[in-house]
Amino acid sequence: MTVSGNAPKAEVLRPPVTRVGVVGWMRENLFNGWLNSVLTLVVLYGLWQVVPPLVRWALVDSLWNSTPEACRSIDGACWSFVPANLRFIVFGFYPADQQWRPLVSMVLLVALLWWSRDRSHWNRRLGWVWAAGLVVMGVLMRGGILGLQGVETSLWSGLPLTLLLSVFGMVAAYPFGVVLALGRQSRLPAVKSLCVVYIEMIRGVPLISMLFMASVMFPLFLPEGVTINKILRALVAIILFTAAYIAEVVRGGLQAMPKGQYEAAEALGLNYVQTMRLVILPQALKIVIPPTVGILISAFKDTSLVVIIALYDLLNTTKSALSNPKWMGFSTEAYIFVAAIYFVCCYAMSNYSRRLERELTPGRAGSDP
Amino acid sequence: MPDPAAPTSPEQHRNAVPFWNDPDKRAIAFQALVLAGVGALGYYLFHNTLVNLDRQNIATGFGFLGKESAFEIGESLISYSAADTYAKALLVGVLNTLKVSFIGIVLTVVLGTVIGIARLSTNWLVSRLAGGYIELFQDIPVLLQLFFWYSIFYEFLPAPRNALNPMAGVFLCNRGLLFGVPVPHPAYKVAAAAFLAACVLVWVIRRWARRRQERTGQIFPTVRVGLALLVGLPVAGWAVAGAPTAMDLPRLQGFNFVGGLSLSPEFAALLMGLVLYTAAFVAEIVRAGIQSVSHGQTEAAMSLGLKPSQTLNLVILPQALRVIIPPLTSQMLNLTKNSSLAVAIGFPDFVAVTNTTINQTGQAIEGVALIMAVYLLFSLSTSAFMNWYNKKMALVER
Repeated sequence: MTVSGNAPKAEVLRPPVTRVGVVGWMRENLFNGWLNSVLTLVVLYGLWQVVPPLVRWALVDSLWNSTPEACRSIDGACWSFVPANLRFIVFGFYPADQQWRPLVSMVLLVALLWWSRDRSHWNRRLGWVWAAGLVVMGVLMRGGILGLQGVETSLWSGLPLTLLLSVFGMVAAYPFGVVLALGRQSRLPAVKSLCVVYIEMIRGVPLISMLFMASVMFPLFLPEGVTINKILRALVAIILFTAAYIAEVVRGGLQAMPKGQYEAAEALGLNYVQTMRLVILPQALKIVIPPTVGILISAFKDTSLVVIIALYDLLNTTKSALSNPKWMGFSTEAYIFVAAIYFVCCYAMSNYSRRLERELTPGRAGSDP
Repeated sequence: MPDPAAPTSPEQHRNAVPFWNDPDKRAIAFQALVLAGVGALGYYLFHNTLVNLDRQNIATGFGFLGKESAFEIGESLISYSAADTYAKALLVGVLNTLKVSFIGIVLTVVLGTVIGIARLSTNWLVSRLAGGYIELFQDIPVLLQLFFWYSIFYEFLPAPRNALNPMAGVFLCNRGLLFGVPVPHPAYKVAAAAFLAACVLVWVIRRWARRRQERTGQIFPTVRVGLALLVGLPVAGWAVAGAPTAMDLPRLQGFNFVGGLSLSPEFAALLMGLVLYTAAFVAEIVRAGIQSVSHGQTEAAMSLGLKPSQTLNLVILPQALRVIIPPLTSQMLNLTKNSSLAVAIGFPDFVAVTNTTINQTGQAIEGVALIMAVYLLFSLSTSAFMNWYNKKMALVER
């Protein structure tokens, strides 16, 4: 075909219908090649077998706000368990007339987290705001001053306890972990071997063994007459455990620092503390922010293990709501509800960590294949 | 500051600097201080512990291990009764932990690899499903997952009388998963011996084939011959020894099943929870490992005329495995450590048995120490093995 100036305007042909639109997309993504076509059909058949009964169970045949007796007569899910037990699941044994206090604390915590999300807010003031916020939350929960009724820590339970264990555990474990990481990288053999032994030992044992240690051995460690409450003991175990994992993450950041940074600091006449505080740590800790969020996620999930030493966190309040004979037998619904809470929190955190990773890795933003 | 050009002898130098400014001496002093601090803390805790134990009249030491345990254990790989010693009870626990970890690790690696590859599939549906699986299972605490599966066994599955029967010889009910096993017969021993012999033979053939390929360049179909030997020899042994086909099937007797082999609901829930949870992490590791091998490697292999299977075996996998193995090791260890959550759903693993022992004897310190020692042993031996394997796979630079 030749192209000439006065030829009739070429007719613009639409691409074949099998290349664009829904059909084209399906050919491209679902039916490219016989293997993929078979796979798609098999998966679709599997979904057809699983999804409709599941939807019928969860939505169509389910009851959302009824008595347990009504639930016994249906085939579907009994979501009524959740509204009927919501107060106990979330706040546990905290006095019902005082439960605005944990609620305010949790709202405060979420607000602080939301505010800290933006990197432009990361400065010294934010540190003070967090410190003040944590103190306010502690006072609100404990009471006993400012006209607030005192509430024993043994009554702290449910979601506030889960958040308390993970947030305070993380905040306290972080500096300890950084010190351990510095110790592991130290040139001093005694310090280095102490840190290596500690880190490797803690990472080699399950968290449960630390929690057992906390619940049965800590009382023996203390002099006669001194006791610490159960929550604090579990918190200490979680801190000791998390610190070892933080130390390994921070070590990665320290190892990633080029030698020139140390040499430059030395050339400026800075001593060890100054070198670390002013040159190395600010850079190293920034690199490891995304994996640190990863540790926060696993610490949050791991707090559920305190069920085993009989603390009433979110999971255990759910379990004890289930042991009420009236509501016995609806575990599946209850566990799905709790799983949804955990999933929302962890998913938000892991999404945030992925975003940070993109922002903090120079030259990778958007250009990654 | 003295004239820098003037040479100073080491003695003069040492005299010029006061000892608190000498980095070597400062280092020694600092380390002595740290050691003294840790030692003092350790002594303080130890002393308090001794005083407290003395006050509560608790004997220390591992003497209790030789006493009669007086508790039953639901599942055991070796014969055990309440009349046996605590030491034997703990051994049963260790074996149960090893059993669930070993089966769990094998299943996790298989499932994780499949999901990781599915995540990279060009099929939109498959890739999205795999992605959804990974997100969902990573973000829910494993303990909650264990409770969930355990509750499914108890609340959704029927009593033995109405057991589900998905396949001939397989029953699913709230007493667990039951399936038929062959009736014991000498032919199976012959088949097992034949399998071992085939393993040795395959190893010999592999060595010989590699030598021959290095010498002459000729390729021997090791994989095909090896598979044929591994399957063929045991089958031949079984056939020669009489080819027994009798199966010991589970039968309903009264309110429960007898015969066959059963997985208890506790074991099944534990295995399912651990495998589904860890497989999500393994899938991410496998995906990252495969993506770390650049596409140019595949193209280079193809332009050299390698077949797709050779490309995978000789070019892609050796490079991907190098990235995959270290994090995979730590996931295997995580699975082993998480198996200690068995105590929450009543599977008698090592931690559960030790917990019972602590409650009966009051020997808390010894019990916790034993738990830590055993898991440290697992961790250290697994990482030693994986380090050896990793070294074998690592890049050999000429």
